[in-house]
Amino acid sequence: MSRELFKFKGGVHPPEHKSESNTRPIAVAPIPNFLVIPVRQHIGNPAKPLVHVGQSVLKGQMIAAADGYISAAVHAPTSGVISDINLQAVPHVSGLPDLCITLVTDGLEQWIDHGPIDYLALPPAALRMQLRDMGLAGLGGAVFPSAVKLDPGAAHTCPTLIINGGECEPWITCDEMLMRERADDILQGVAVMRHLLDSTEVLVGIEDNKPEALAAMQAAAAKLDFKVEIVAVPAIYPGGGAKQLIQTLTGQEVPSGKLSTDIGIQVFNVGTAYALARAVHHGEPLISRLVTVTGHVLRPQNFEVLIGTPMHTLITHAGDRHGTTGVLMGGPMMGMPMPDLKVPVVKATNCILVKSRELFPALPKALPCIRCTRCADVCPAELQPQELFRFAKAGDFGRAQEYHLFDCIECGCCSYVCPSHIPLVDFYRYAKSEIWANEKEKRAADLARERHEFRQFRLEREKKEKAEKLAAKTQAKRAELTTAPAGGAVASEADAKKALIAAALARAQAKKVEATPKNTDSLSAETQREIEEIEVRRAKIRELAHQPLETEEKPK
Amino acid sequence: MPAPFILDRSSVTQVMAWVLAALLPGVAAYVWVFGPGILVTLSLATVTALAAEAAMLKARGYPAKPFLTDLSAIVTAWLLALSLPSLAPWWLIITGTVFAIVVAKHLYGGLGQNIFNPAMVGYAVLIVSFPVQMTQWSGPVELTPSSLSFAQSATVIFGGEFPKAVLDAVTMATPLDTLRTGLLQQLTIDEIMPKSIFGHYGGTGFEWLAAAFLIGGLLLWALRIISWQVPLAFLAGIWLAAGFLHFFDAGRFGAPWFHLFAPSVMLGAFFIATDPVSGATTPRGKLIFGFGAGLLTIVIRTWGGFPDGVAFAILLMNLCVPLIDQYTQPRIYGGAGKEPRA
Repeated sequence: MSRELFKFKGGVHPPEHKSESNTRPIAVAPIPNFLVIPVRQHIGNPAKPLVHVGQSVLKGQMIAAADGYISAAVHAPTSGVISDINLQAVPHVSGLPDLCITLVTDGLEQWIDHGPIDYLALPPAALRMQLRDMGLAGLGGAVFPSAVKLDPGAAHTCPTLIINGGECEPWITCDEMLMRERADDILQGVAVMRHLLDSTEVLVGIEDNKPEALAAMQAAAAKLDFKVEIVAVPAIYPGGGAKQLIQTLTGQEVPSGKLSTDIGIQVFNVGTAYALARAVHHGEPLISRLVTVTGHVLRPQNFEVLIGTPMHTLITHAGDRHGTTGVLMGGPMMGMPMPDLKVPVVKATNCILVKSRELFPALPKALPCIRCTRCADVCPAELQPQELFRFAKAGDFGRAQEYHLFDCIECGCCSYVCPSHIPLVDFYRYAKSEIWANEKEKRAADLARERHEFRQFRLEREKKEKAEKLAAKTQAKRAELTTAPAGGAVASEADAKKALIAAALARAQAKKVEATPKNTDSLSAETQREIEEIEVRRAKIRELAHQPLETEEKPK
Repeated sequence: MPAPFILDRSSVTQVMAWVLAALLPGVAAYVWVFGPGILVTLSLATVTALAAEAAMLKARGYPAKPFLTDLSAIVTAWLLALSLPSLAPWWLIITGTVFAIVVAKHLYGGLGQNIFNPAMVGYAVLIVSFPVQMTQWSGPVELTPSSLSFAQSATVIFGGEFPKAVLDAVTMATPLDTLRTGLLQQLTIDEIMPKSIFGHYGGTGFEWLAAAFLIGGLLLWALRIISWQVPLAFLAGIWLAAGFLHFFDAGRFGAPWFHLFAPSVMLGAFFIATDPVSGATTPRGKLIFGFGAGLLTIVIRTWGGFPDGVAFAILLMNLCVPLIDQYTQPRIYGGAGKEPRA
């Protein structure tokens, strides 16, 4: 009963390096003295802190609440005292500090009250809210809030549910070890996903270089009361990419610019399914995850790590060695270099890869592109990377977009095979960020122009209204003078005064309404979010700008 | 440094080295058919190319080492040398090589920037400027009463004292030249072809050289250094155009197999039209590029002013590359209009 598999175009076969870390069982990492927990660990709005410095918190207690629909809460990974809420270095490509909550651990591991959720009894929307408040986000790397992905939308159903156990990146084995050791839990989570998405078909794609994981998952699937198909897929990078796995398993392509749910398919990482099982069946929010610590360390291994654990403590635990040349979060194909080892493990941290000169020799200098199109041969998005490179380099971002720059998944296959050793992906990221920046600028300019035009219009209208009112008033006065009897003058004078005051009040009210900028009323949710993000950043910048003042010595 | 942090072991040097290696069967066949003179030509072209490359890099302020060791200049030198007549004088070799490297490559921006294939620019300049010297081919060893040794070849190439009678005894018109001259004399194909210069498919000896280039080209394809589209489309263009003409008037137009088995065609199809820098990049574009070059080759051979047309055909198609690439962009993943494939 083997399933017909489909082949996606492109891909490469980098050395796997899985055996370094998958020969030791999962171990629980020790609790560090303090945890640094960023409030932004997922796509969407950062969570809003709920705690204050000095407050004691219990394990599993929500310390920052989800903010809006696309967001997720953040919890205390263990019990202790909040010691700081400030900007700290986080594992992010930008290298910019972000708001973090520092928790001094007490080692007592005192849990907050928690218990299983009867997910079948809850209305789906309520269950999703609860999952959002338990901080669930995709653990495959993109950390998209799971509650959002578990919403089948208007169709009310998502026929095909794919569980991604591909793990095609070299060196990383956390998904593999999770499947080998905790297959039953993963499938318990899958049951919840299947319930929420109303899926009729459940497929688990696992690369065929993980026979133990395949066997464990097959054994676990046999125990279920619904059908889960465990499928061995060919090991090729990036076969574990969501779009590539969908194509391998179903032969379908996700249309450019659309979501997989548009073709009735949703994909979750095995780690996310596991976290969901812990949340629903045990009431545990997402406070830890599996992290592969490998590369240039004495004992490469997978650890169950509390979110917020500083990376250097894990490297020390796995046995640090001399000759370290850097540390990556993620794998060698898509990972990012860590500027500082104090940065914490976050929900997106699947691997800490320690580099050495032997394992990762310095990359040779780049030569000019010779248009050999090896990059196009291996591109799983079927782009023409050599053309994108040319446009990006020339700053011709419009052409780059026409050549589908935004369909690039940044898998790095092109750079991997380039005989001229050009860091192609870097050029695409640069082009994308330039385009985003330009668009933001354009939007801001449009907004400013609209505001200006509206002000002109308002001034014009006010002038006209004033003139009309004045004319009406003189007319009325004139009429009054000519027609009103002298006797009623006193009473009507008081009335007139009252009426004038009322009118003035009304005018003031009207002005107030006008004064609030009209063009913020009908903003799209996206723009609204953007504005909020900008506000957050501005607040941060303001905060930063004020810091030196506070620490400056006051004149005596 | 951003991701990825690992590379496979390919390099420009490796690509170029394979191209040179794939030319070795051709070089061996050349020596066997026309004598060792080609080795002198190759060496002279190589030294000239490297010197010109180094000088241009220095003039342009580029580091010498990465570009001299990428072997691209040597590939250009060899491709030009293998296109030249076996007894081309030294100054012809140097002029062509210098023009290829200095003008066609570096004045257009160096490695990866040239819109024309440098070797073919060098060849075109020579055949336009020095048509007589460009026909100084020694006849295939099996057809000439005597042949030249390595030292004798060197003496001829470097313009030393050499008895003209001996030289006349070893030089011969090429098959394509013979065909062209014959046709101009109002002879029919049937009257021209029995001459000994014509072999089984192409010219005597020349067809072996063509076969050797074909073997080298297949090696490059097996190594995935070249794709199948350009050579196949190029050969198909030659075969169909020649076949079409031959079908309508076999008396005035050479047979398709004869056209196909010229060394210039095999060298062009597998080594020159496949030059990634000056060729089309998209799969469909490569087909159009190759087919167009094949078609033009026959058009130039038949109605043009020169016996062979491979160089001009490829240069003309080089001109069209930006247009071809722009209009043959393939469908992307998730783009409109394709069924799932197994």
